[in-house]
Amino acid sequence: MAKITFITRDKQSITLEGNAGSAMALAVANGVTGIDGDCGGVCSCATCHVYLSPEGLERAGAASEIETDMLELDDNANEFSRLCCQIEISDAIDGLVLNVAR
Amino acid sequence: MKTSTFPDPFETARKEDGVLEIDDQNDKVTMLLRHKDVRKTAHNYKSFTSETQPGRIVVPSEVSIRDTRQIPFEVDPPKHGAYRALIEPWFRRPLDPENQAKLTAQIESIVADALCKQTVEIVEDFALPLQSKALTLLLNTPLEESETWISWGTHVFRSEGEALDGDKANVLYDYIEAQLDRTIAQPGEDLYSVLLNSEVEGKKLTKEEAKGVMVLTFAGGRDTVINAVTNAIAYFADHPEGLARLRQEPELIGNAVEEMIRYFSPLTQMGREVTEDTQVCEHAIKAKSRVSLCWASANRDEGIFENANEIVLDRKVNPHVGFGFSHHNCLGATHARQIMRILLSTLSHQIGKIEILSSEDNIEDWKKYRRKVGYHQLTVKLSPLNK
Repeated sequence: MAKITFITRDKQSITLEGNAGSAMALAVANGVTGIDGDCGGVCSCATCHVYLSPEGLERAGAASEIETDMLELDDNANEFSRLCCQIEISDAIDGLVLNVAR
Repeated sequence: MKTSTFPDPFETARKEDGVLEIDDQNDKVTMLLRHKDVRKTAHNYKSFTSETQPGRIVVPSEVSIRDTRQIPFEVDPPKHGAYRALIEPWFRRPLDPENQAKLTAQIESIVADALCKQTVEIVEDFALPLQSKALTLLLNTPLEESETWISWGTHVFRSEGEALDGDKANVLYDYIEAQLDRTIAQPGEDLYSVLLNSEVEGKKLTKEEAKGVMVLTFAGGRDTVINAVTNAIAYFADHPEGLARLRQEPELIGNAVEEMIRYFSPLTQMGREVTEDTQVCEHAIKAKSRVSLCWASANRDEGIFENANEIVLDRKVNPHVGFGFSHHNCLGATHARQIMRILLSTLSHQIGKIEILSSEDNIEDWKKYRRKVGYHQLTVKLSPLNK
């Protein structure tokens, strides 16, 4: 069980609990604004872009090469960006805060 | 080779040069074949514009058959963003549970009818009605309207290789013109009405702009959806184990849809006009010339996709460009994905076996390459699932 907090662009804070699957799927299932997950989580659409804190990024782990390539072509991406379809929910990320990019 | 195998005609050129030059109505087009180049170029609208003469970025060029600018497809940022923001919410309506339920009912009914007939020609008698009926939901128009679109047949605005038929294209343009006139006289709650009642950057959308959106909606989502549906049926005929797997593991349906879009790449390519002398993949490209983003080749790039020439239903990471990429990614992708997800789910629950009786490939022939994009006809025998 992990608690994940999504902070939307209009500063709404939504804390959700999940056991498995991706952070994107959790957000979509709960209607978090700005997380669309159009491609269903296969890293093809970049509609689940989030920013992490440096500490959060350490816990969630670095992006894979394919994810990094995707983020490189997103004008709003920075060094703290991740696509949350590639963040798997586990106890290790309990308490993670994700700032929604869109 | 199985009927549902779609060979990759770009492999050698992609590995050796990264580009392929084709002649489109006496105008050279440099096709970009590698995944990285395709995505980078798609993103760089300043050097590779979509906002040129209407029809020029399409390959084959439609310059000689239309003057209407397709919107937002043939407009670049920043204005592109304003148009897109206006119509994007409408094109996300397929996600509404009510719309999903209606689409499910349509598809279940079409599959049930096909099962009754047992032998069905999929392109004309399954995929075309399915695409047309589903479009009434996207447009929020009466179901009966689909009868007109079905009566146009599959060849109405199909580009076969370099051939373009202006008369056939006019069927669509005249129809949309008439629908817009009808809407001006009597507004309703369909997409035509929403467009004609909208403002972009403080100005009311003109009839010509609304026409541009509607032409894009009709033309962009016709052959592409028909091919995706037909090709999926052919795949499951050759791979009954795939259907069985989706029945047992329905959570894979989303992955399976993305994988089919990657493998079949319903749209081979889309062009851009180059705004300044530049280089792509170590090839000099002159200003005013055209490049094309070859989605079909990028989607088989062996540097990105393992077993690129196979359909891997549970492919987890799949950065395909089957719906295009970046600013101009496919506006109808949400609708197309819903159609395919519901179709795969319905097939997995209703169909036990699909047997191909005859087929004729639909091949894009550009002299420099020949690519199978679908079928002119695919006749199958359907057997129900024994529950």
